[in-house]
Amino acid sequence: MIVISKFIIGYLVLQGALLSLIAAFGVLRLPDAYTRNHAASKSATLGVISILLGVFLYFLIIEGQTNSRIILGIIFVFLTSPVAGHLISRAAYNKGVPLWKGSVQDDLKHHREKTNQKAKG
Amino acid sequence: MFEIIMLISLLLIAISSLMYIYRVIKGPSTPDRVIALDAIGINLIGITAVISVVLNTDAFLEVILLLGILTFIGTVAFSKFLEKGEIIENDRDQ
Repeated sequence: MIVISKFIIGYLVLQGALLSLIAAFGVLRLPDAYTRNHAASKSATLGVISILLGVFLYFLIIEGQTNSRIILGIIFVFLTSPVAGHLISRAAYNKGVPLWKGSVQDDLKHHREKTNQKAKG
Repeated sequence: MFEIIMLISLLLIAISSLMYIYRVIKGPSTPDRVIALDAIGINLIGITAVISVVLNTDAFLEVILLLGILTFIGTVAFSKFLEKGEIIENDRDQ
C-alpha cells in the first residue's frame, strides 16, 4: 500500500514539475506577450495543482494527517491564476502591446471600432 | 527512489524558474515581465510543497497559501497600474 502510493505520489509530483518546465519553455520561445501568457497561465497552474495534489496525498497516506491548507491552496491557485492571466493580458492589450506579426485575426479591435462608431453616430 | 524523484522535481522547477528569470530580464514589454514574475511566484508554491515533503514536515504549508495570495494581489495591482496609471482610485478625481 505504501509502496504503491509512493509510486502515485512520485508520478504526480514529477508530472507537475515537467508541466512547469514545459510552461517555462513556452514562455521562453513563443513570439508575443499573449501567447506567452497563454502558456504561463495554463501549464504553470496545472503543474502546481498536480504537485500540490501529490503532496496532499503524501501527508494523507504516508504521514496519516489531513492538511486542509493544501486543499485550500489548490482551490485558490485554481481560482486566481486564470484571473491574473486575464487581467494582465487585458492591460497589455489596452496599452497597445503588439500582436505577433504573423497573426491574422483581431476580433477585439474590430469590436472596439464598431462600438466607437456607434458612440459617435 | 522516492527521494530521488523529489530531488529531480526540485531541479526541474528550478530550471523553469531560471527560464522565467531570462524572460524577466529580456522581455520586450512590461506585461511580459509581469507574466514571468507571476509564474515565478506560482513556481515558488510548488518548490515549497516539494521541500516540505523532502524535509518531512508540515510547518511550511501556510507558506503555500500566503504565496498564492501575495502573487495574485501583486499581479492584480500591477495590471491595474499598467491599465489606469493608479492602483487605488479616488472617486472625487473624476
